[in-house]
Amino acid sequence: MERDVNQALAREFGLNAEEYNRVLEIMGRTPSFTELGVFSVMWSEHCSYKSSRVWLKQLPTKAPWVIHGPGENAGVVAIGDGLAAIFKMESHNHPSFIEPYQGAATGVGGILRDVFTMGARPIANLNALRFGSPDNARTRRIVDGVVRGIGGYGNCVGVPTVGGEINFHPAYDGNPLVNAMTVGIAPADRIFLSAAAGIGNPVVYVGSKTGRDGIHGATMASAEFDANSEEKRPTVQVGDPFTEKLLIEACLELMATDAIVAIQDMGAAGLTSSSVEMAGKGGVGIELNLDNVPARETGMTAYEFMLSESQERMLMVLKPEREAVARAIFEKWDLDFSIIGHITDTGRITVRHQGEIKADIPLAPLNDQAPLYTRPTVETPKQEQLNAARIEDRLGLTAGLRKLLACPDLCSRAWVWDQYDSTVGGQTVKRPGAADAAVVKLEGLKRAVALTTDCTPRYCLADPEMGGMQAVAEAWRNLTAVGARPLAITDNMNFGNPEKPEIMGQFAAAIRGMAAACEALDFPVVSGNVSLYNETEGKGILPTPAIGGLGVLDDAAQAVGYGLPSWLDIVVIGKTQGWLGQSLWLREINGREDGAPPPVDLAVERANGDFVRARILAGEIRACHDVSDGGLLVTVAEMAMASGVGARLSAHPREIPGHAYWFGEDQGRYVVAVPDAASFIRASEAAGVPAVRIGVSGGGDLTLPDGGTISIETLRADHAGFFPAWMNGDNRS
Amino acid sequence: MKAGIVVFPGINRERDMAIALEQSSGEKPRMVWHKETDLSGLDLVVIPGGFSFGDYLRCGAMAARSPVMTAIHAHAARGGYILGVCNGFQILTEAGLLPGALLRNASLRFLSMDCQLTVERADTVFTKRYQKGQTFRSVMAHGDGNFFADDATLDRLEGEGLVAFRYAGENLNGSARAIAGVYSPNLRVLGLMPHPEDLVDPLMGGTDGKPLFDALAAA
Repeated sequence: MERDVNQALAREFGLNAEEYNRVLEIMGRTPSFTELGVFSVMWSEHCSYKSSRVWLKQLPTKAPWVIHGPGENAGVVAIGDGLAAIFKMESHNHPSFIEPYQGAATGVGGILRDVFTMGARPIANLNALRFGSPDNARTRRIVDGVVRGIGGYGNCVGVPTVGGEINFHPAYDGNPLVNAMTVGIAPADRIFLSAAAGIGNPVVYVGSKTGRDGIHGATMASAEFDANSEEKRPTVQVGDPFTEKLLIEACLELMATDAIVAIQDMGAAGLTSSSVEMAGKGGVGIELNLDNVPARETGMTAYEFMLSESQERMLMVLKPEREAVARAIFEKWDLDFSIIGHITDTGRITVRHQGEIKADIPLAPLNDQAPLYTRPTVETPKQEQLNAARIEDRLGLTAGLRKLLACPDLCSRAWVWDQYDSTVGGQTVKRPGAADAAVVKLEGLKRAVALTTDCTPRYCLADPEMGGMQAVAEAWRNLTAVGARPLAITDNMNFGNPEKPEIMGQFAAAIRGMAAACEALDFPVVSGNVSLYNETEGKGILPTPAIGGLGVLDDAAQAVGYGLPSWLDIVVIGKTQGWLGQSLWLREINGREDGAPPPVDLAVERANGDFVRARILAGEIRACHDVSDGGLLVTVAEMAMASGVGARLSAHPREIPGHAYWFGEDQGRYVVAVPDAASFIRASEAAGVPAVRIGVSGGGDLTLPDGGTISIETLRADHAGFFPAWMNGDNRS
Repeated sequence: MKAGIVVFPGINRERDMAIALEQSSGEKPRMVWHKETDLSGLDLVVIPGGFSFGDYLRCGAMAARSPVMTAIHAHAARGGYILGVCNGFQILTEAGLLPGALLRNASLRFLSMDCQLTVERADTVFTKRYQKGQTFRSVMAHGDGNFFADDATLDRLEGEGLVAFRYAGENLNGSARAIAGVYSPNLRVLGLMPHPEDLVDPLMGGTDGKPLFDALAAA
């Protein structure tokens, strides 16, 4: 079972020669098999952030409302009424490619634990998904499994899945992205942290039993894929949402007492990372006796116990006199409860198994001397700005709109949402497809949180800095569009192989753009996750810094959706220049993926958004939708489809070609429905915010400025067709 | 009417149900753990939705054999009121307190969406605040809501007026004769798949489910 430890084995475990030499130096001897396992997972890209740490430091993480920024299990912000929102997004990309259902399901389970381990009751889940081309036979199986997995876990555990996004691109063919986000609510003065304390205090294991599943999952998540990746299926964990539900209730019940000193879930690298991080953060030592770890299988070795990623497990440090209280709660919920060790003053992690010491490692160097790389970077060359007048419009507005609404990246996601329970909890004010951000009310209060996930990977590929900036700005815009005050973000950085300078260049540039946007919009990063090596056979994904945004509404009744009401003026806020570079129209209609992406002007972004939010809260705006993929015409069509109310659009300005005006993706814009455009525009001009009336709502048709008329029913049929037809097709692989 | 909500491990809509009951009655319902055996003092026993015991066996099968079920059978025998929603409906059929069974949805997929329900009779303690033949909106969220019974049972249910609600419009989960909810012969036990408790507040999109709770509160 245990193999000889040497450089070759270290390489197999993902440690390079330099890293292995550092292990030898720290240990002063050849490490044991178990010790090598501990080093290799703690120093994996997934756990150590060794390639990304130097860049992540550039992100703004502070604001008066931030209670805990990056470094804890999840980010914590004050939202008023003495409450805190706790949230984070995390990737489960590699497992979801190998085994889509379980990969996605355990992704949801893992992020839920990161949130409730801090004392929060989870109130909402979101997910940001990227899949390969729909023409690739494998994509359908992955979409089906991922959607079933997210639903299977989230529905059972009873947390509503309220939002998210889906993109398709051939660059994700061999490497789909599954980024899951959870938001929870806790009293702001009852946040639970992971730093262990109290020499002699018991270390308690609760939840599911440990099996051999997921061993070395963190290492797998830190390597590229090749044709044999399916052989890695045994490293994918299996989820049990029922146990997770019990664990949530039991932990929250225990957290209402004063028994807990520290608590952390066992996520990537399982017992190893939880015990090492808890003791490391507390500056203490920890001794574990693996004989007391509840095991699902017989004959497990110390190495297997330490590296298993069995799901639904937590590690806690308790006050010694409170053991009985805690045990009674977990027994009530039929969960395992076992004292597996205690806190020591040695500064070491000592692991005993069957009478032998299997690992004895000093914690400070294991944590502090983790590798840190400033890898070489190469900037992505800038693309030139396209001249819209030189781009031919072959289809015209009507056919162009219909084709865009039916394309995989823009079509209705109802087939997906309809498989996620979005209403459990009874507090969902804006469900998927009703508003730019999901709105979930807090039980018994007027207050609500607004939630969104955003990223436009094709912008990020063309210009990673502008793409990173745009992702943050769009999240801020989506929260603003429902009337919420944006507070903070979580980021999920999905990139290719960091050892390639052009990939590391994308990463560094995206961070620069994100940092600038966070700064300008007072929208700090409070938690996040980095997923690198998203490559299969040397082909990288589109750079995808997925942003999860959180905002707050003091009164849920003030939230607006994007369903267009009848007989109102339709106004676009923000300047329309007709930017076609990297637009969906250019890709879907002209088959081109080129040009510079639309620039974000952060000062304009802020001014436009602050104006829109103030008008929403003043009750002047009856519907609001930000302008994003597909441009202005798609935005109006989406508003019309949401309510079933049509619109008549006015002629566009002569100096801009029609297709550029209506399909361009200029940033910082919103379409709003207001009772009186004239007075609204006067107010916007006074605030220095450009606003133009573009039409009026009413009837059952969308009438375009070129005279084309389409019924909303036709638009809805175009929009709804893709997913059911594609998923129910008969060439399922 | 004094209400209690039975909580099995894995139930997840007990909070929604408590909010709806309290909003109509002004009184917090008693939360009853599944290992309790004393339901005295309760007029109405509610079994809410969720995934009791993970529904890893047939939906509701494990819960139907939980300690509290003996007391629930006794409560039914003495003419007490019982409301089972979603998993609660599945549990009541598994316990033999209501006829039929809930199979996988015809689409073999979980369905989370609004549906329209037709009120088959408006003279029961649950439906007095609706009109006969009225349709109202409800939320469905289930993977196994496809009501099934043999033809003789279905004929009997229809003949004896024990169909509570039917799906109006599209019968999304494939239920026999579009049945969404049924009564016991004494009309005091109601099971239904959709969630009236999730539409009792205009902020959540409507109050179509509220008359059911108002009627129970007034009884």
